[in-house]
Amino acid sequence: MSVRVEGLTVRYGSAVVLQDLDLDVSTGEILVVAGPSGCGKSTLLRAVAGLVTVAAGRIVVDGQEVRGTSRDRAMVFQDDGLLPWRTAARNVELPLALRGVPRTGRRAAARRWLDRVGLAGFERHLPRELSGGMRQRVQLARTLAQRPKVVLMDEPFAALDAQTRADMQELVVEVLREAGTTTVFVTHDVDEAVRLGDRVVVLGTGEVDVRREAILAAVMA
Amino acid sequence: MTARVERRTVNVRIGSRVRNGHVVGTRWVLRIGSLTAGLLLWQVLTATGTTAWLRFDRLPTVVEVARRLVEQAGTAEFYTDLVTSLGRIAAGFLLAAVLGTTLGIVIARSRLVGDVLQPLLEVVRPIPAIALVPIAILLFPTDEQGIVFITFVAAFFPILVSTRHAVRALPTMWEDAVRTMGGSRRHVLLKVVLPGTLPGVFGGLSVGMGVAWICVISAEMISGRYGVGYRTWQAYTIVDYPGVIVGMVTIGLLGWLTSSAVELAGRRVTRWLPREAKP
Repeated sequence: MSVRVEGLTVRYGSAVVLQDLDLDVSTGEILVVAGPSGCGKSTLLRAVAGLVTVAAGRIVVDGQEVRGTSRDRAMVFQDDGLLPWRTAARNVELPLALRGVPRTGRRAAARRWLDRVGLAGFERHLPRELSGGMRQRVQLARTLAQRPKVVLMDEPFAALDAQTRADMQELVVEVLREAGTTTVFVTHDVDEAVRLGDRVVVLGTGEVDVRREAILAAVMA
Repeated sequence: MTARVERRTVNVRIGSRVRNGHVVGTRWVLRIGSLTAGLLLWQVLTATGTTAWLRFDRLPTVVEVARRLVEQAGTAEFYTDLVTSLGRIAAGFLLAAVLGTTLGIVIARSRLVGDVLQPLLEVVRPIPAIALVPIAILLFPTDEQGIVFITFVAAFFPILVSTRHAVRALPTMWEDAVRTMGGSRRHVLLKVVLPGTLPGVFGGLSVGMGVAWICVISAEMISGRYGVGYRTWQAYTIVDYPGVIVGMVTIGLLGWLTSSAVELAGRRVTRWLPREAKP
């Protein structure tokens, strides 16, 4: 499912957060949006998710203009995106429960996805009983269980230590490729951007749009 | 990596249980000891008729009060009073719990309803419930309904205010998460707002229960025909001082029991909260 952003402008009160932004993400691509804090990366993500009102321009996903949220566009948050009163399994079940999947089907799916992200046996743990990295695995499992067409990730590994972050980056690329979802991944970490993205867009200092190969070539040279 | 994490969790649990087991005994000795010391001091001061500015010579002793309590516990009247007061609390408090949480959520979630209701509620809120007794007497056909009304008003505001704050303090991320899963407004309410505000709501319920007792007893003293408050005031007017203290102790115990029940229910539904291990 392709995402096309055309002349996007978003304002918070009188502050212009994004101005006249154009962006294209092709189906199955992992696009990384990098840039310093406050450059509007998160706002861009929230706009694609349908969580913010757009002042001008439009966002088109698979030929349909975005108006409000949809289960086709899932979001992964930095931390605390899990509901703390639900166990890991019940968090993963939530998107299925919302669209009326019966309990047995939900349970099986939750077990399967938690297993996929390496958390078999942690179904009944509450988020507070899990480490930061494990909580992000649960979020990932939840997102995959939702089977969205587009995954929007808002600095999901920023709070993790280096080793856990590296593990998670590997896992994310693996499962997203497997699921074939279109992904927009926001980070302020250039290293992460290069490691994950098929393409990297740097926001803030006049947009730069580069392919991974170009960056790698530059680094190698 | 996962195996390592699992082992760590288990160790922490065992560790805290051992530590608690060691401390529990000492803490109970302290609690019971302080209660006994209080009673002992009271007995000594009243039995010796100590008068040093404060005049303990006219107060009944612990033994007199205990004897009176046993005597009253043998009468049907005592239980009628208990049941009457508890019934008033139950009616007023439950009504306040339902209306207080519902309105608290609606006011916090809807700007329109907030604008319409909040000014009204904010003007009524500072009025002590007990000051509404004249209104209650005029407004309701029976005293009984008036007393339940007073109890309701007393518990209603703490519950309303706590719920409103709890809803406004909810992290927006939880709502965003449910919406990007395709959740509707109703889903956000059921899956995020209701469970997420429970800790705050129970804070309000605890306070509400305490205030409800203060007001039901006061209202009974003014206009009741049965009830622990009415009986306590009656004892005072016929100079039965041990009877007054029996009434006070009964009120204290009932208040403590009902507050504990609320507290316990609150803990049960908010097990997910991070909290220090307490015995």
